[in-house]
Amino acid sequence: MMSLLTSIAEMFGRAPGSKPDDSAYSEGARALHDAKRTKEGKKERVAAIKAERDLHPSHKWRNRRWASILIVNALFIVSFSWDIQLIEGSLSASRVVGFHFADLNASLQVMLAFKEILINLVIGTATVLLLWWLLGGRTFCSWVCPYHLLAELGEYIHLRLTSMKLVRDMAMHRGLRTVLYIVFAGLAFGSGYTVFEAISPVGILSRAMIYGPGLALIWVVVLLLFEVFFTRRAWCRYMCPIGLTYGMVGITSPVHVTYNLENCLHEGDCRAVCLVPHVLEVTKKGYALKEDVALGPDCTRCGLCVDVCPTNSLTYDVMGLNKLL
Amino acid sequence: MTDAKTPPTKKPVTVRQLRERRQVLRSIGAGAGVIGAAMLGFFPVMKKWTERLRPPGALLEDPFLAACIKCGQCVQVCPVEAIKLGDLDEGFGVGVPYIDARSQACDFSCDAVQCVLACPTGALSHDTDTKEQVHMGVARLSRPKACLARLGKGFKGPARGADHPGLHRYMEVDRWNPILISDHPYDLELCDLCVRECPIVGAITLERINLDPSDLRGTPVVFDKCVGCGMCEMICPVDPPAIVIDKRQPGEDA
Repeated sequence: MMSLLTSIAEMFGRAPGSKPDDSAYSEGARALHDAKRTKEGKKERVAAIKAERDLHPSHKWRNRRWASILIVNALFIVSFSWDIQLIEGSLSASRVVGFHFADLNASLQVMLAFKEILINLVIGTATVLLLWWLLGGRTFCSWVCPYHLLAELGEYIHLRLTSMKLVRDMAMHRGLRTVLYIVFAGLAFGSGYTVFEAISPVGILSRAMIYGPGLALIWVVVLLLFEVFFTRRAWCRYMCPIGLTYGMVGITSPVHVTYNLENCLHEGDCRAVCLVPHVLEVTKKGYALKEDVALGPDCTRCGLCVDVCPTNSLTYDVMGLNKLL
Repeated sequence: MTDAKTPPTKKPVTVRQLRERRQVLRSIGAGAGVIGAAMLGFFPVMKKWTERLRPPGALLEDPFLAACIKCGQCVQVCPVEAIKLGDLDEGFGVGVPYIDARSQACDFSCDAVQCVLACPTGALSHDTDTKEQVHMGVARLSRPKACLARLGKGFKGPARGADHPGLHRYMEVDRWNPILISDHPYDLELCDLCVRECPIVGAITLERINLDPSDLRGTPVVFDKCVGCGMCEMICPVDPPAIVIDKRQPGEDA
């Protein structure tokens, strides 16, 4: 319970804690931590595993995820342009084969600004809430959001430039996202306008793809350039209120990426590729309190860590289902 | 004197503290930038840079902007594709639907108000069931001197030229499908296009300008029933049009 509260606090911006005290470990975890202190044969093992991974780098989950982003957004596009009416509307609100769907953050903005709630919006919001609770909350970010895909390409360029020492990642305080969330909720309520929607790159991109491009794409380009030259994944990491909304939905979600302590070599490859590395603090040597730990709600379930982990210590896990299967 | 003897003990700032301080300042700057960028959207709305005719059933401008979720479902159901979405220059109106009546008016080809039915938030109010209940604005003869009917002139050919993309449903041509207005040329002794193509019965008539039977001249007269769909503005063959829609203003009845 405490660890869940801690992970929620970390999602809202609290800095991850330091290495836990020995007494906090579970019995199994203590045994594993102790075993890892003996260095015997470790060097050879690490080398062998690294050689194996370099031969067969895996992009299984990344490829599936990219396919998911492309297919979902393509469905919106063809539904309108070919008039097949599968998913009418855009990512902010739609009708999926007739059923109302509404983006949670966009609905929240509308409800706060308009202060009247129509039943269709309640239905759409509830449906989407249930859907993303089942699928893992921020799963929306990495499996559906079109800006996420663009930002991943921007991140690739950013990392290339960083390795060439041309740019430096100007990290920010993760509490910024919480502040922006509160400010935009307050602005919607106070001004009566859905202020955030004017700059939401998700809404802008989704509409541009479905209804044709416009000047608003300039804002998306500005964000991407900022991420390439200044701050790695600035929008998704430190700013986007949509991510926080879905993060809150995922707090009790049954879908997780789960960490298993036993075979982990604590090299930190997972943290290097992760959008939200604070959820992977647990993979640091001596940090895991139990043998299996589900990652916190800020995790977007993108699977980059699952792909990169050489020892399969990080895996997708569906609560309840794994035991059944 | 005693103050000078006990100077405040000031610890030197560590590199780490300095880095954290910079990080916080940077975050504040970036956050202010994002909020500032969003607030810029207030100017076009406040200054009314772009006064837009909103789709049928739309609430008054301010509640409309608040209630619209910017999804474009109204765009998708319109058979004549009259509804467009606002761009960056409209500030908080980004992604909000509007109708540019001159290029493509709403002619109620859909019979009911499909855009209203499609709206998930009630920004296009579900109180609107029939086209007669719509109140987007009202037509006004803005350039009476240019009006062909007032000049006693007829009209021959396609209303808006051979390559105008505008669509209109001509009941006598095809009950179910709107066609290009460029495919429907006219041959009129006295131009009455705004009256002829008006989809609302009793909204506009052509009245004789005087009682002299040899004087053919007429003038369009707009009545209360006008819903402001903009069909007259689109079909008016003079350019710029002699008749335009004035958007509904706060205080006018829905």
